[in-house]
Amino acid sequence: MNWNLFVTELVAGITHGSVYALIALGYSMVYGILKLLNFAHGDIYMVGAFIGYGLITVFGGPEQLSLNVALLLALMFICAMLGGGLVGVMIERFAYRRLRDAPRIAPLITALGVSFFLENGAQLVLGAQFHSYNSFSWKNNPIALNGFTLPAQARVSYAQVIVVIGTVVLMVALTLFVQRTQTGKAMRATSFDREAAAMMGIDVDRVIVVTFFIGSALAGAAGVFNGIAYQQVWPYMGFQAGLFAFTAAVVGGIGNLPGSVLGGLLIGLAEAFATGYISSTFQQAIVFAILIAVMLVRPSGLLGRAAVQKV
Amino acid sequence: MDGGKDIPRVPARPDESLEAPRIGVDEWVASHEGRSERDAGWTGRVGAEIARVPRPAFYLGFGVVAAFLPLVTNNDYIVRVGFDTLLYMLLALGLNIVVGYAGLLDLGYVAFYGFGAYGYAMLASPKFGLHWDTLLIIPVVVVATAILGFLVALPSRRLIGDYLAIITLFFGQLFVTVFQNGNRISFLGLTRGYDLTGGPNGIPGVDNFDLGGLKIESVPAYYYTALVIFLLALGVVYLVDTSRTGRAWKSLREDPLAAELMGIPVNRLKLIAFAFGAAIAGLTGTLFAGLNTAVFSADFDVPTLIIVYAILILGGAGSLGGVILGALVVNVSLEVLRTPGHATWIFYLVIAATLLAKVRPWRWFAVVAGGTVAFGYAAHAIVSAAWPRGVAGSAAIGGSLGDGLNGWALHPSNPMFIGNLAFVGLVFAILGLTLLQGAWRWIALVPTLYLASFVWENRLVVEPSITRLILIGVILIVLMNARPQGLLGTSRVEIV
Repeated sequence: MNWNLFVTELVAGITHGSVYALIALGYSMVYGILKLLNFAHGDIYMVGAFIGYGLITVFGGPEQLSLNVALLLALMFICAMLGGGLVGVMIERFAYRRLRDAPRIAPLITALGVSFFLENGAQLVLGAQFHSYNSFSWKNNPIALNGFTLPAQARVSYAQVIVVIGTVVLMVALTLFVQRTQTGKAMRATSFDREAAAMMGIDVDRVIVVTFFIGSALAGAAGVFNGIAYQQVWPYMGFQAGLFAFTAAVVGGIGNLPGSVLGGLLIGLAEAFATGYISSTFQQAIVFAILIAVMLVRPSGLLGRAAVQKV
Repeated sequence: MDGGKDIPRVPARPDESLEAPRIGVDEWVASHEGRSERDAGWTGRVGAEIARVPRPAFYLGFGVVAAFLPLVTNNDYIVRVGFDTLLYMLLALGLNIVVGYAGLLDLGYVAFYGFGAYGYAMLASPKFGLHWDTLLIIPVVVVATAILGFLVALPSRRLIGDYLAIITLFFGQLFVTVFQNGNRISFLGLTRGYDLTGGPNGIPGVDNFDLGGLKIESVPAYYYTALVIFLLALGVVYLVDTSRTGRAWKSLREDPLAAELMGIPVNRLKLIAFAFGAAIAGLTGTLFAGLNTAVFSADFDVPTLIIVYAILILGGAGSLGGVILGALVVNVSLEVLRTPGHATWIFYLVIAATLLAKVRPWRWFAVVAGGTVAFGYAAHAIVSAAWPRGVAGSAAIGGSLGDGLNGWALHPSNPMFIGNLAFVGLVFAILGLTLLQGAWRWIALVPTLYLASFVWENRLVVEPSITRLILIGVILIVLMNARPQGLLGTSRVEIV
């Protein structure tokens, strides 16, 4: 057995899975509260990735960075999370809020429209071509190049370490927020039963805005993570990532936050091993097969509770 | 909160009679009925007369009018646009069954279209040396597509709304991936790679239609073929729509649970809807492949899907006339965008018409229209004095409108960057505008309009292929928020 390939793909799978998990968290949170499949969520991830890219350009480009790498990374995350969160809140306010009680199909089609608008608006403003974070050649500290060697000669770059650790930190923070704070409690109550929560005096509008902000901020951070580990950013990057992340959320059990993380890692690993051992062109087919299998065997997802339909 | 509105009024004296509540009529429904009956002027009377004409008469009328198109023009390009519009009508017709009637969000719909096109191409091209008779291929492909639709629906028939959407979206993506990489398909990596779909090169050299010796080669001939097929399909769909199955689909759309409780075979109906919609898409695919004589997987990707959805939503999901109208509006306006001259005229006319329809009372319309014109000349004068580069360029359109625009709108010499900034600014401005109320909204409209014209002149008109996609996205968002039933659809009452 080729251990080098195995460990390399394992590391790649965990890294990519972390990115999917972060996007899936936002999907899951929004779905839990509004029962809305927010197709535009993947495009917020794209917005976050471009905010990070913009900061690299502002500070002199990859080869002539005029800023300490740690400082730049911190700035990229803050801006991408704020920017992503802001876009998410605006989408909620202007596109979804009026449709909250409309037939289910209306917000879904709106979400498609928002996604299409964001992708093509980005293409108009930023061009269709690929841009690269190029973290292989960052001045002072090329984080995608530097790293250490695991057993079996598998390389791990600092960028991958940053992605995994950053994801863990964000998830812990999110869990604490949802479990320990009053707003978190209100979020759980709203996702359990929106009307009852409103009757208990919870400001549902505010809770939904907070949910959108946090979910979208996570997607923005995921965009930067993806950029530093996998370099490429382009206007349509959000589509497939969103599709895979939604699958992750469904596989884990939609509305269930640990489930989304588990699903994200599962999808990332499946994708990496499929690329390593089978064929990179058909990774989509494999993710699709996983989705179908989970839906047939356990429609509520791995960690989800079976939904009880109230009449 | 202003509670207490729903509490019935208690009579002040025992003998006071209160208006009896209408039992079994929802208050919202009652008020809605009132709204639709209120229009008693001549517009209302004309509307009532039109509503009495049986709907098939309109479809026939459309067919007759459409049949004249190749006769009044020799321009193959225009007939070609007509043909494409008919294809979109057919696609929207099939999607209308799945989304409009049965209420199932099928996001893999264009895959069936692609399947039909590839099916025709494989059976009638040098690719495998097969040159079957067209009259044989079409039924084979249609049945095969229907079976495919049936198979896709099988695992998803138990899923509710969103899950179905994501499964079908995946299916559509899978189709594109498989056909794009189908030039070296090996079975589980065991055999050598076989070339099934030509991969990114597609399948070239597809035969033209040959309907039992009647060769269809020119664009007008294809136009008539498409028109006949569309009218036939429309007739079939109309009959199904008014049949028992059609009513069952609508009950399924309105409330699947209640439908099931009434003994309607929900699962079977979902499968039929999927297969029926897929069959129409497959039929459309054969026409597409026949005229283009080549197929590429990129034609069956998400943008096509969104355009078909925009057509269906704009016309009104569930309305057959809406399918025709939606395809005409969307495809013709997308086509017009290709020539900057026409597009600029349309842009300003549409803005003027919208203002005319929406800005009331009239004095505010005068303020907004006059204000925008004055604002433009003032801005033009200030910019040309302070920043000469800002007026160095010229409008993309010539003629009288172009001359007028050159003195009114700003055309910087290198508008790429500032135009992009203005586009982002415009998005924020329009969103902000929706928050304003009363007079401030109309006052803020003036600079927003000027900004819109700036973005149009400097960015949108030079990037028609992206502009049309942006426009489609905007159509979907705005329609769903402002008029979810579309142009010809009937508004639905959601009873909770």
